[in-house]
Amino acid sequence: MFLTVTLALLEGFLATLRLFVLTLLFALPLGLVISFGSMSKIQAIRLPIRFIIWVVRGTPLMLQLLVIYYGPGIILHTNVWGSGNGGRFIAALVAFVINYSCYFSEIYRGGIQSIPVGQYEAGQVLGMTKHQIFFKIVLLQVIKRIVPPISNEIITLVKDTSLARVIAVYEIIWEGQAFIKSAGIIWPLFYTGAFYLIFSGLLTVIFGKIEERLSYFR
Amino acid sequence: MSILEVSNLKKNFGSTRVLEGISFSMDEGEVLTIIGSSGSGKTTLLRCLNFLETPDSGVIKVKDDVLFDGSEQIRASEEEIRKKRLHFGLVFQSFNLFPQYTALQNVTLAPLLHFGDDPGKKAEIEKHAEELLGQMGLFDRMDNYPHELSGGQQQRVAIARALALKPDILCFDEPTSALDPELTGEVLKVIRNLAEKKTTMIIVTHEMSFAHDVSDKVIFMASGLIEESGTPEEVIDSPKNERTQQFLANYRKER
Repeated sequence: MFLTVTLALLEGFLATLRLFVLTLLFALPLGLVISFGSMSKIQAIRLPIRFIIWVVRGTPLMLQLLVIYYGPGIILHTNVWGSGNGGRFIAALVAFVINYSCYFSEIYRGGIQSIPVGQYEAGQVLGMTKHQIFFKIVLLQVIKRIVPPISNEIITLVKDTSLARVIAVYEIIWEGQAFIKSAGIIWPLFYTGAFYLIFSGLLTVIFGKIEERLSYFR
Repeated sequence: MSILEVSNLKKNFGSTRVLEGISFSMDEGEVLTIIGSSGSGKTTLLRCLNFLETPDSGVIKVKDDVLFDGSEQIRASEEEIRKKRLHFGLVFQSFNLFPQYTALQNVTLAPLLHFGDDPGKKAEIEKHAEELLGQMGLFDRMDNYPHELSGGQQQRVAIARALALKPDILCFDEPTSALDPELTGEVLKVIRNLAEKKTTMIIVTHEMSFAHDVSDKVIFMASGLIEESGTPEEVIDSPKNERTQQFLANYRKER
């Protein structure tokens, strides 16, 4: 039985991991683009983006999953997500990327705006271009400041992936819960908890190392 | 021939008039000190010279080359401004060193970006930076990061960083105001050494005795205007203008 459960949970964990990795892959850079938009001097860019961030951060991720999965079919009468497991996974991924890129964008914005204006001015009087000032002076200081809040958010993402089950993405908890019905046992659910703990523990260690690597300056 | 000529420079922030028509000139190798109470426009003047602010009107000429002319409607491109501002160097009140770079890297960063493409030049830039830090008395501190240095040491790195681009005129914006009293001396000493080497400098400062010793010319500013200018003996020792007298009297009372 233990082997059967382990294999089932590993399969679910693979889906969890895939959702996690792909969400980060798209949401981390997209968040930067959104943060620039939310700091834009042009109102026609800044205001709509701030509005979207407000909506995305102000409503439950579960609601967003449902709307993104069912919305197009009901409103447009076309199944944009494709059929079966693959289609549900893509819908979940889109919802996660939108949600997390908005959260990341606010962290980036906070990090960028916390850099003292004197750093930019020092670069300017040394004749550096805007591009050089951002990449040679500002960026590493921003990264140092945002590593703790970003790592916090990423560890939340590990656990948030379980929400994908509302549109029947077979992630690890779905697989664990199936044993309650099929075999009448609860321990696979605790077992899923162990997967989460080990994985988030691993991430904590990695982010700790990154913080340490950046501790050579203040 | 004067190295810098500023005429009728004006600058408003919204409805606040900060510079109401500033004109002065200075010669190569001279040290010009600007004194005056806070809010008199001293810092804004320096920021205009360094293109951190754009004046509303007036003319700035360096070596007869017009860097800014408010009557020309066309705005200079970012590229042009970058070239022009290299005539000036600026040392900030709050140092503004780059925290992720060592003292030496702070000094070499901009020169390497501007001219470091060929390897021969790179070695030259690094050697020059080491010499500058040596002159600042920081020979054994070159590989330290800013947070490992005292305020006085950080400010000396900042001076070396500004000198590394060989500006025609080096500006100081209250270079010792953010320092503990026991650390101001080491920074003032470095500036004195630069004055002895005939470095052209404009210094905004509240250190009156230093201004008196080091300057060739002193300007007293109040409410965006130059109220009085002349030799340190004229302006600081026997001011004729009433506002200068008042400022210096208040200043001496505090001491």
